[in-house]
Amino acid sequence: MSNWWILRALLSHWMRRPFQLFTLLLGLAIGTALWSGVQAVNAEARASYDRAAGMLGGDMLDRLISTTGADIAQADYIALRRAGWQVSPVLEGRVRVGGEGVRVIGVDPLTAPAETQLGGAVGDGEVAQFFAPPYLGFAHPVTAERLSGVAPLPELRSFDGRVTGAVVVDIGLAQGLLDRDGLLSYLTVHGEQPAGLPPLEEVTGDRLRRSAPEDSGMGLGQLTDSFHLNLTAFGFLSFVVGLFIVNAAIGLAGEQRKPLFRTLRTCGASSRALVLLLGVELLTLAVIAGGAGLAMGYLLAGALLPDVAASLRGLYGASVSGELTLQPIWWLTGGAISLFGAGVAAAQSLWRAYRLPLLAPAQPQAWLAAQHRTLRLQGFGALVLLTAAALLAVFGTGLIAGFATLGALLIGAALGLPVLLAIALAMFERRSSTAFGQWFWADTRQQLTSLSLALMALLLALSVNIGVGTMVDSFRTTFLGWLDQRLTPELYIAARTPEEAEAFTAWIAPHSDAILPVWSVEEQVQGWPVEIYGVPDHPTYRDNWPLLSSLPQPWDAIAAGNAAHVSEQLARRFDLTPGDTVTVPTRAGAWEVTVAGIYADYGNPIGQLRIGLDALTDRWPEVERLRFAIRMAPEDVPDVIAGMREAFTLDPNQLIDQTSLKALSRGIFERTFTVTAALNVLTLAVAALALLTSLLTLSTMRLPQLAPVWALGLTRRQLGWVELGKSLMLAGFTAVIALPVGLAVAWLLLAVVNVQAFGWRLPLHLIPIDWARLGLLAILTALLASALPIWRLARTPPGRLIQVFANER
Amino acid sequence: MNGDWMIRALGTVAGLLLALSLSAPAALAQGFAGLGQSAEGFAVPVPDRPFDFPADHGAHPDYRIEWWYLTANLTGPDGTDYGIQWTLFRSALAPEGAAQGWSRPQIWMGHAALTTADTHRVAERFARGGVGQAGVTAEPFDAWIDDWSMTSRAELGEDAYKTLDVSARGANFSYALRLDTDAPPVPQGIDGYSVKSAEGQASYYYSQPFYTVSGTLTLDGEDIPVTGRAWLDREWSSQPLSEDQTGWDWFSLHLDSGEKVMAFRLRQTGGADYTSGTWIAADGTPTPVPDGVIEVTPLETAEVAGRDVPVRWRLAIPERDLNIETRALNPQAWMATAFSYWEGPLRFDGTTAGIGYLEMTGYD
Repeated sequence: MSNWWILRALLSHWMRRPFQLFTLLLGLAIGTALWSGVQAVNAEARASYDRAAGMLGGDMLDRLISTTGADIAQADYIALRRAGWQVSPVLEGRVRVGGEGVRVIGVDPLTAPAETQLGGAVGDGEVAQFFAPPYLGFAHPVTAERLSGVAPLPELRSFDGRVTGAVVVDIGLAQGLLDRDGLLSYLTVHGEQPAGLPPLEEVTGDRLRRSAPEDSGMGLGQLTDSFHLNLTAFGFLSFVVGLFIVNAAIGLAGEQRKPLFRTLRTCGASSRALVLLLGVELLTLAVIAGGAGLAMGYLLAGALLPDVAASLRGLYGASVSGELTLQPIWWLTGGAISLFGAGVAAAQSLWRAYRLPLLAPAQPQAWLAAQHRTLRLQGFGALVLLTAAALLAVFGTGLIAGFATLGALLIGAALGLPVLLAIALAMFERRSSTAFGQWFWADTRQQLTSLSLALMALLLALSVNIGVGTMVDSFRTTFLGWLDQRLTPELYIAARTPEEAEAFTAWIAPHSDAILPVWSVEEQVQGWPVEIYGVPDHPTYRDNWPLLSSLPQPWDAIAAGNAAHVSEQLARRFDLTPGDTVTVPTRAGAWEVTVAGIYADYGNPIGQLRIGLDALTDRWPEVERLRFAIRMAPEDVPDVIAGMREAFTLDPNQLIDQTSLKALSRGIFERTFTVTAALNVLTLAVAALALLTSLLTLSTMRLPQLAPVWALGLTRRQLGWVELGKSLMLAGFTAVIALPVGLAVAWLLLAVVNVQAFGWRLPLHLIPIDWARLGLLAILTALLASALPIWRLARTPPGRLIQVFANER
Repeated sequence: MNGDWMIRALGTVAGLLLALSLSAPAALAQGFAGLGQSAEGFAVPVPDRPFDFPADHGAHPDYRIEWWYLTANLTGPDGTDYGIQWTLFRSALAPEGAAQGWSRPQIWMGHAALTTADTHRVAERFARGGVGQAGVTAEPFDAWIDDWSMTSRAELGEDAYKTLDVSARGANFSYALRLDTDAPPVPQGIDGYSVKSAEGQASYYYSQPFYTVSGTLTLDGEDIPVTGRAWLDREWSSQPLSEDQTGWDWFSLHLDSGEKVMAFRLRQTGGADYTSGTWIAADGTPTPVPDGVIEVTPLETAEVAGRDVPVRWRLAIPERDLNIETRALNPQAWMATAFSYWEGPLRFDGTTAGIGYLEMTGYD
């Protein structure tokens, strides 16, 4: 019998069942799409970080940094060079261009190590221009086009491969732009050094220390790992759920083609040939579905990337270009994962086809023994994983441990689900007294084996939904409350020049209760950019500004000028508690300041430190005195805004009232979680699809079980209701179990993952109405998923039910 | 000794380092004469300007390019030959203005080499002028880039170049040498005005070829005491080369008789090569050798860094009865620096014997 004919016979099945073919392809395509889409987004972001790090050799070269965290004196750099040390100076900081902060990186190309990749193509005649006025800078094409020549920046040349948002200029220009003459942020140490160098201490005393690349605070890749791990987890979850769908579809096809397999075998096809051809069929389907999945993944990545870029910018200040550039490796791995997935999902069916006995004996009770074995195994696995999760939660530290805990918890819970369900069902079965009741519970239990994968998928989707939803809600509640407390002033104004500032404040004085300066400088504390704000001694702050922890009289302390309030991120990064000191570089040298309080500063990618206003103007006399917060009667705000706009020519962003500012902040917050929300919905949708395909499979396979009940007198309509009840009950059970799992997930995200990833810890806010919503959603999912199979069952011709007795028994 | 091409290269070195796209071949292909074709804004050498020491030992930032170029033929206690090179180049990106600090338009480049019969170790350094990483002061004389230095140890009232301490260090070698002479500096060309082409491009150029040397080389951690002879070239200009000159072969020779010879050939695209030199009597009296008198003939080439480079030469100055054959101590004396060239010690014999140094550029 030729293989060609066997293949044709096998494929004819799909012609008769196009919907089955569709679910098979859809499951695989969706799984591949979500997985590869997320991978594409991650790859793009990582490439951006690598470019950023590679630019300064930050990914591989040691640095010399100040032991106090202050800037380095240029004299120390020259002393090191004159001692033979091959080091190159870098000065980094932010400069205000228009209303926007731009990262400026000053370098000296003549001493830069060969490992760095600086700047771009400079013509012969332009070399002088890079080193001296009018100067020349390099930036990512997007940045270059936007900011070239915009004061105070020089003409910018675009150079592919630079990070967006950063401008590379000569070190001399950078010192001027950042007003840090004679100062450097750090020195890059060349990989190759002359023999016999004097030790560092001999040249620069205790002022500098050598720091390995990983602890120089530059690892954007490490910083954002959590975010990407998060995305990867979602992608993987979706992929796994997609495989459930494929598994169900292939299982169904295998079940339905069993008679065909038997016929083919009895006609002389070897089991080897049969399995081989099934493999060929699977491969073809996987290639088609994988291709479609990759295309969908590409579109998905393109759609997600702008939001991801926005999130990364908001959370970490990391610049990721919104353009998608895909490497061939992405297509290859995407295709491979699709094939692999199809293989995993189909393995069981292929094995069954291979071992298919020519004459199948009836085994009415065999499934029970098999189910018990499986359940015992699953129960054991769940126990091990949940124990591991508990141990990790208690003893683990770091982000990886956090995610490992999450993984163990979720998989453990998923494995435990069928066990718990089986126990519950057995309990109900014992308690029921009617024959119908006993049959109902026993039959549900029998169904469990086939449905458990889909239910696990539902559990995963639901608990992740509860967990992530609770985290986002907790975050939102905390953030909005915090925003309300923090944004007390009614109006904020920003002047462009000191003269304008004077005119503004003079104009607004009669209309206001208080004019509070909002002045700040930016410094590097141990290589980390930190904003330093001067806080006026005013009830606006004393009464409203929340502190997470503090010394007694924290506001008196900063008003006195020798103490600071630090942001939670800064405190966590440098392990500060109230009473500790932190060293801040100032023009006049390092300044040791006592931490009097710690406050939440959600969403700020850089550190913040708040000191008394006088301390700020004393130590940074050059601070820009342009921005002010105004206290006034809220009802006067619209009139004052209108009046100011009439009196002065203002840019729109120079004047903003409290309400608009809050709305703006909320907008940014919501955008940050757009990606999470989108993936959340997608995962749940895929879980619903998995449930649907499983139930579809079952509805066909279960005819032999249902036919006797029908023959005993239950109508098809009644049977339909019974089946629906079963689905809903299982989904309901799953939702009930998903709740504690989801809350555990939320706790892990808030208390472990967020702290590691963002540097802040949030209180857990429980929002039961959301759970009710999700429970309903689960029931609805089950309802939708069961509707079609049950409708089909209710309309199964009696003849087919009778046939069961003829064919299967 | 010639650093012209390197200086021109230095003009683009910053560009290259910026680009780091390693388009060096492309940059070099622009031709050795690529150094700014105009001397706009810079001072230009004129004939009949007597040297003014000690000021002329120092830097001349009004001129575009300048170098302090030292080579030494040395011998170890067991008679082993060594050669060292110590070079500091200055290149002005723009005429000096009021700008100080990082924006001062001076760029410095240092080359150091230590040659044995089988190894040639090279190091290079770059620096910006204006921040103290490199520079030259005339009084007291000090020339430095990073930890490399050439410092005068002369007594007050003596010529600053009478006694010099010279040191440099690379990844796998270093040296510290004391240079001594009683002879005054020797002007090259016509009283220090050295013409570099038939069209009249020229530089200020003087040498101190009469040094005796003693000091220590460190090779792979081993200190080797050495003695020998050294030759220091000082040259500055703003537009030293003609457009069609593609490279050159430059000899500095210590004759056993105590006489010294500087001879070079500038190779031209189309047309005759330009040759020039100076015959320096043992008492230091220089006599210029005009274009067309010196005969240089490559006798044998070797494959060096993927190109054919002449490593054995015949050099003849018939009117001085000089006819010698030179051979490189190490034919592989390739300066694998950002701008690569061949530079190494040699020995010669023929009508007279001696030692010297050879620099060759433009063999691409």
